[in-house]
Amino acid sequence: MVNPHGAGKRDDCGKSDPDILPLEVDGLGYAVRDQWLLKDVSFTLGAGKRTCIVGPNGAGKSVLLRLCHGLLQPSAGSICWAAGSSRQQRRQQAMVFQNPVHLRRSARANVEFALSVQGLDRSAIRERTTRVLEATGLDGIASRPARVLSGGEQQRLALARAWALQPRVLFLDEPVVHLDPAATRMVEDLILRIDGSGAKIIMVSHDLGQVRRLADDVIFLHNGRLIEHSPVTRFLGDARSAQARAFVKGELLY
Amino acid sequence: MSELSQSFLIALDLISGLDPDLVEIVQLSLQISLLAVALAALIGLPLGAAVAIYRFPGRAAVVVVLNAMMGLPPVVVGLVVYLLLSRAGPLGEYGLLYTPAAMAIAQCLLVTPIIAALTRQTVEDLYTEYREQLDSLGVRPYRAIFTLLRDGRYSLLTAVLAGFGRASAEVGAVIIVGGNINHVTRVMTTTIALETSKGNLALALGLGIVLLSIVILINGLSVLAQAIATRVEG
Repeated sequence: MVNPHGAGKRDDCGKSDPDILPLEVDGLGYAVRDQWLLKDVSFTLGAGKRTCIVGPNGAGKSVLLRLCHGLLQPSAGSICWAAGSSRQQRRQQAMVFQNPVHLRRSARANVEFALSVQGLDRSAIRERTTRVLEATGLDGIASRPARVLSGGEQQRLALARAWALQPRVLFLDEPVVHLDPAATRMVEDLILRIDGSGAKIIMVSHDLGQVRRLADDVIFLHNGRLIEHSPVTRFLGDARSAQARAFVKGELLY
Repeated sequence: MSELSQSFLIALDLISGLDPDLVEIVQLSLQISLLAVALAALIGLPLGAAVAIYRFPGRAAVVVVLNAMMGLPPVVVGLVVYLLLSRAGPLGEYGLLYTPAAMAIAQCLLVTPIIAALTRQTVEDLYTEYREQLDSLGVRPYRAIFTLLRDGRYSLLTAVLAGFGRASAEVGAVIIVGGNINHVTRVMTTTIALETSKGNLALALGLGIVLLSIVILINGLSVLAQAIATRVEG
């Protein structure tokens, strides 16, 4: 396993930032026109473990992820990172979306763009981009336009771009939902390696096989409520709540 | 032979023989319109993108005005520019009235809202797709303007060409501020109007054919550019 950033080290700009973990979410709610998509959600996430946010469609998984990342503003409750200014907090987060959005330029230039937004100097950008493209096996297609890459390659490029940012926390919103098994495997391997380089993984999934492969602990949402937050073995084997047990058994939830 | 087909044949003769009068008029027309469109693009592209990206009070009104100004009546623009540039006007000291510069200014005023309004629409659509990703990367709005303009470059080419079509085809504004002076401010459209009223249909028709050909050629190139771009860059 190659870590493109060296042996767990975080170079230059991230160095002086205080660690933003753990993340404390308290009484979080999100409403659109009086309808609560998420209500009264509280949990604490520390470093080290890979967390999966799980639940049926419409449970509020993606909304929760976007609230934590700051793409949406909460209607109620609070999201507290342990330390840092809001700028420092943002700089330590990255997100990979269900449908990767790449700019109309080369794969390489897409990674470089993300780094230039962070204000790195040109040689640092070039060096980090080269390392991350090599580590993700994308160096062979680095000069091709990002938007004509296959779905799997585009998602790996999105992960490479996120990894290049050296995030403390990486949010993933069902990153493999449109991919075939081979591409899924490559993306999952990549997620594990990013985890190994010291990023906290917070991922939305509704695929229990994937949860079994990747998660350490599970946040189970249903109808916008947090039903339970347990270690993955417990969630899959002997969940506390009836809803979670039904979900794991593949029964329909109402 | 009917008058139309006879004029048509003479017109083709003028074009194929590169008649000096015709060439001079075509050159001047292109120079003025290209200058006008270049200036309009310089203003209209960032302006349209800024309106697409920033949220501010009165934004809806700005969008409405921008869209409405796409249909500015050329004679009214001509009149306003005339008043500004005439000796007694606020910009009279520069002596620009009845010069090609005045015509470029008038065309620029007509074309800027077209480019800005079309850019606003294109960039706003693009922004819907890109927004979360750009927010996640921490891209600030002023930077997003240039990122989105760059990513929309092929669609925006159409907006600029629509502006060029308008600039090269309009007659009302340039005849007021240019005065249609022979060898100085005589362009294709004003000549067509003048020669038609004089009964010199051949030159008018010849210029008409050139004007149409230029517009068709440019739009053909834009379609081609977009087709190639989609294939190569996705």
